[in-house]
Amino acid sequence: MDIPNEKLIEMYERMVLIREFDERAGILMEQDRIAGAVHLYVGEEAVAVGVCSALEDSDYITSTHRGHGHLIAKGGDPARMYAELFGRATGYCKGKGGSMHIADLDIGMLGANGIVGAGPPIALGAAFASKYRNDGKVCVCFFGDGAANRGSFHEAASMAALYKVPLVFVCENNQYGEFTPVADHLPIKDVSERAGSYNMPGVTVDGMDVIAVYETVSIAAERARRGEGPSLIECKTYRYYDHVGRDFGVLKRDKDEIASWRARDPIPQLREKLVGEGVLTEAEAEAVVERTRARIEEAIQFAEDSPLPDPAALLDDVYTETSVYTETRA
Amino acid sequence: MPKKSMTAAIVTAVSQEMERDPSIFLAGEDVRVGGVFGTDAGLFQKFGGDRVVNTPISEVGIVGLAVGSAAVGLRPIVEIMFSDFMGICMDEIVNQMAKMKYMFGGKATLPIVIRTHVGAGRSMAAQHSQSLEAWFCHIPGVKVVMPSTPYDTKGLLIASIREDNPVIFMENKRLLATRGEVPNEPYEVPLGVADVKREGTDVTVVATGYLVKDALEAAEELEERGVSVEVVDPRTLSPLDRDTIVQSVQKTGRAVVVHEAVRNYGIGAEIAASIQEAAFDYLDAPVQRVGAPFSPVPFSPVLEQAWLPAKAEIIAAVEAIVPARV
Repeated sequence: MDIPNEKLIEMYERMVLIREFDERAGILMEQDRIAGAVHLYVGEEAVAVGVCSALEDSDYITSTHRGHGHLIAKGGDPARMYAELFGRATGYCKGKGGSMHIADLDIGMLGANGIVGAGPPIALGAAFASKYRNDGKVCVCFFGDGAANRGSFHEAASMAALYKVPLVFVCENNQYGEFTPVADHLPIKDVSERAGSYNMPGVTVDGMDVIAVYETVSIAAERARRGEGPSLIECKTYRYYDHVGRDFGVLKRDKDEIASWRARDPIPQLREKLVGEGVLTEAEAEAVVERTRARIEEAIQFAEDSPLPDPAALLDDVYTETSVYTETRA
Repeated sequence: MPKKSMTAAIVTAVSQEMERDPSIFLAGEDVRVGGVFGTDAGLFQKFGGDRVVNTPISEVGIVGLAVGSAAVGLRPIVEIMFSDFMGICMDEIVNQMAKMKYMFGGKATLPIVIRTHVGAGRSMAAQHSQSLEAWFCHIPGVKVVMPSTPYDTKGLLIASIREDNPVIFMENKRLLATRGEVPNEPYEVPLGVADVKREGTDVTVVATGYLVKDALEAAEELEERGVSVEVVDPRTLSPLDRDTIVQSVQKTGRAVVVHEAVRNYGIGAEIAASIQEAAFDYLDAPVQRVGAPFSPVPFSPVLEQAWLPAKAEIIAAVEAIVPARV
C-alpha cells in the first residue's frame, strides 16, 4: 500500500503527541494536580493512530476508559482534553466527565467509557445509523482484551454481522485486563479467532507497527463502506504502565517482558523508517518531539489557567430541558 | 370520538409519528410479527424491515442500537418485551443512555423511547410480571411514563417520541385491551403533567397504571358510603407533577398512594414524602400506601390475585384515614 509522505509524517506526529500527552498526564496525576483516575495509553499509540489514519474525519469511533490516544488520533484538542482532566469549565465535558468520559461528537468521537465493554453496542448503533441513512460513514469500535469477554461484545458483534452494518471492531490486546494477564482471562490465543463465529473476517496484526494497523484497517473500512459488513482486527500491543496511572503498585511484571515490548516501541520504529527512507531528517524528527513538548506545555497552561466550573452549572445538561428538575434540588 | 384499545392507541401513535419523521425507526424482538402483545401490529407491513427492525434476543444490543444511533441523530423507538428483561440491558440504560448527555457536558442528545410491558395478572409468574418503574425513576437523565387510559397512551407516546430526552414508556399488560375514546389525529399529552381522573373532597388517591382503574372503582363504591374521593394519575412518574398532587391534598387533607409494584421502596414512598414535605400542615391523617406485598409475583392465579393490590386494599386504606360517615 502506497502511503503519501505527508500522511506518514502526520502519523508520526500524532503518535508523539499521544505519548507526550499521556506521559505528562501520569505525572500530573502523581502530583495530585489532576483528580481521579487516569488510564494511560503509553505503548499503544500505533493502534489509535494506525486506525484513525485509515478513517475519514466524518467517520465515527467509540473509545474506552483508556481513551486519550483515540481522541488525539481522531483529531482531538489536547488543550481541551487537559482542561477536562483538570476539571475545568473549558474542558471537553465542561468538567462533568473527566478522563473516562471525554467525547467530541463534532469529530465523530462518541465517547470514552468507564464501563469495560460498553462501546460495542454503541458502535453498533452508530454504524446502524450510517446504513440507515446510507451516508457512507464507517464506525470503528475500540475495545480491549478485557472487553472481549463481555457479553456486550458478543451481542454487538452478532447483530453487526446480521445487519451487515459498516463497523470495524478493533481489539487492543494490550496483554492485561486491568491487573490480570491475558493468558489468565482468555481461553483462546487470539481474540480474532472469535470473528469466525460471527461470520466476519478476523485478523491479528502487530499493534506496535502503525503501518500494519493502518493497512489492515483500510481494507476493513473499505469493505464496510461497500456494504459487506463488519470485521474484527486484533492488534497485539502492550500497556507500558499500570491499569491506572504509571505504577499503581499491585501488578508485578517481569522486567524482561517489559523490555522486550519496549524494544519494539512503535514510535522509534516509525521514526527510524522515516529517517531511513529520507522522508524526514533526524533533525526534523527531533523537531517534531520538541514542538510537541511545547504544545503540551501550552495545553497544560491553558488548562490550569482556565476557570473552574460554576457550581450553579451542577444541574445543567441532566436533561435537554432542565426546568422541571431545578425545583426538586434540595 | 372513536373508541380504541390501548394496543391500537400504541400502534397508531408509532405509525403516525413514523409517517411524519423518517429518522424514527422501531426495533425489538419479534416486532416483525407485530410484537407478542400486538403493540406493533401492521407496522412491518407498512414501513418495511429497514424501519421496523426485527432483532435477535439481545437486549444489550437493542438498547445499544438505540443509544449509538440516537447519538448520531436518529430517533429510535425500541421495545423490550417485558420490563423484567431490562436487567439484562441495565448498563446500556443506566450508565450509557441516562448519563451520556451530562457526562459529555451537554453535547449528546438522545431522543430514545424504550417501550416495555409491565404488570402482573396474566399468570406469567415472577420473571414476566414485575412493575420496575422505581428502578428507572431513581436514575437522573431518563423520563418514565406510565399511562392508564388509551387516550393518555396515544398522547403520551407521541409526546415521548417527540421528546429530546430518553423516555421509558411502560405499558401495563392488563390495560392493553381496555377501550376508550382516542382521536384519530396525532396529539400530545405533555410529559410531567398529572391528570385528575375524578374530583372529590375527602381524600386524594394518587394511583398509577392499572391501579388508576381500581382506584376509580373504589371511588365509586366509597361515594355510596358518603366518601368523596379525588383520583390523581401522575401519568409521568419522572418528572413527577408534584404540584397537582400537593394541590389536591391541600384541598382534601388526606392521601392514599397506590401502585401495583411492591409497596416497599416503591415510587409511592417518593410521592408520600413529597406530600408531607409540601403539605404537612394540611394533612389530617398519615399518608397511606397501597402496593403489592414484598415477594416475587407468584404463578398460580389464586396466589397472584392475593398478591395483586386492588380495589379492596384501596378502600381499606381510605377508610383507615377518613372518619366514618354516620
